[in-house]
Amino acid sequence: MINSEPVITVKNMVKKFGDFVANDNLNFEVFKGEIFGFIGANGAGKTTAIRILCGLSTPTSGEMKVAGFDIYRQTEKIKQNIGYMSQKFSLYEDLTINENIRFYGGIYGMQIAKRKARTAEMLERLELTEYGNRKIGDLPLGWKQKLAFSIAILHNPKIVFLDEPTGGVDPITRRQFWNLIYEAVEKGITVFVTTHYMDEAEYCDRVSIMADGRIVALDTPENLKLQYNAANMDEVFLKIAR
Amino acid sequence: MIIVNDLHKQYGDVIALEKVSLTVEKGELFGLIGPDGAGKTTLMRILMSLLLPDTGSATMSGLNVVTDYKKVRLITGYMPGRFSLYPDLTVEENLKFFATVFGTTIEENYYLIKDIYQQIEPFKTRRAGKLSGGMKQKLALSCALIHKPEILILDEPTTGVDAVSRKEFWEMLKRLRDMGITILVSTPYMDEASLCDRIALIQQGQLMSVATPQVMMNSFPEDIWTVRTRKVYDTSKFLESLPSLISVNSFGQVLHLVTTKGAHTSHSIQQFLLAKGEAESVVESSGATIEDVFILLMNHHKHK
Repeated sequence: MINSEPVITVKNMVKKFGDFVANDNLNFEVFKGEIFGFIGANGAGKTTAIRILCGLSTPTSGEMKVAGFDIYRQTEKIKQNIGYMSQKFSLYEDLTINENIRFYGGIYGMQIAKRKARTAEMLERLELTEYGNRKIGDLPLGWKQKLAFSIAILHNPKIVFLDEPTGGVDPITRRQFWNLIYEAVEKGITVFVTTHYMDEAEYCDRVSIMADGRIVALDTPENLKLQYNAANMDEVFLKIAR
Repeated sequence: MIIVNDLHKQYGDVIALEKVSLTVEKGELFGLIGPDGAGKTTLMRILMSLLLPDTGSATMSGLNVVTDYKKVRLITGYMPGRFSLYPDLTVEENLKFFATVFGTTIEENYYLIKDIYQQIEPFKTRRAGKLSGGMKQKLALSCALIHKPEILILDEPTTGVDAVSRKEFWEMLKRLRDMGITILVSTPYMDEASLCDRIALIQQGQLMSVATPQVMMNSFPEDIWTVRTRKVYDTSKFLESLPSLISVNSFGQVLHLVTTKGAHTSHSIQQFLLAKGEAESVVESSGATIEDVFILLMNHHKHK
């Protein structure tokens, strides 16, 4: 459930690499329980912004808070309070499901009893209880993606960052994946998601569209479609980006 | 023209292609639609003579892909899924290399790639490895076209590419199709299916359906509804107990509902929600998308 309490606050965020301005004065807030879409062409500056919000890169200037923590001084706190998953990297292929969970639980300092309880609950939800000793590398892509998401929120983070999470999966898995996202939102987790695929932009509560390092539009999909007189988000994006 | 006859390919126990048969007409823009691991790349690699089938056969413009493989390679252009150009050669050097390998020159077939290549020509002295995703894709297509192939085989050319570049890419494919080139293109993204003349839906090595996108969408055998609601999660939980329900999924502020043909009207669904205390939901009848068709066929195949 969305409320007006911001979990991400970005004010005048600038990131330069030499002369190149990757993020040119970004301003936005993400609210608790929101699914926030982060859209833009290749090279628009999305990855740079996400790396900063995850505490992996320092901005050139601006004020930012993530999960209540300062982006300059409290990056370790930020990392403990977020989850991250991307299509390119998620789980260790040569470890089993259980080993991956133990590894992530350890990294996030979860108590063993709590980890075990949450693991059982999660595997049951995914109908994978009997597969705990399977290696990740032997699993179908769809299972991996759902598992990766579930492990990314195992430590109950305030925010989960998803970087193109559903690329290449079959449509049933994709819908199941989005159902997992909605369940996480119900538990109060905020979802920050990037995608190249505009139908997924429709699933977000609000969408920001980046071009050339700036945020050029930010609103609900409904309002963006009205504003740009477009039938769907694909048209909105084409009108903005061209 | 591409004719695929009972092609079968197995890697150990894993069946990559299960007796696949398919015909792509000359001058057709044909889409192979399916998720990762469905068998798209295996089929394309067999057609390009890069992989041998276990059983079955295939011809490209009448040439057998196993026995006439050298001739097949001369008349086809291929864009593999991963960027396959030389990253440390420049844009122009890559193009020249491919032209030379096929015994032609850039000038001879320039008209064919002009529209596409012009967009990257300002960067012709840049190394291919330093290009953006959209530009790499245009260079790879130019290189696949430079020997004037009769048939183009494109393996997921738009995966990971942004929506604007994807749109431009499909416009280029249509122009090439209009010039008479037969195109077989694969994509995991269902929304690109409607841009093809005909499509095949592929899953776990099997072709589930082959038709024009329009025919496929029109022949969806159940009813589809969109439900607009303020409380997406609650409403979807209520709808799980709707009689004759096939599936309910939430997409942002909208729920997507599939019910047995003729079992409901928008009014009856609205009444059902009203009885649960949901007065604000708006129910509308909706057409099927290729994704709806794919999901229905997937469930059907699983239960077989």
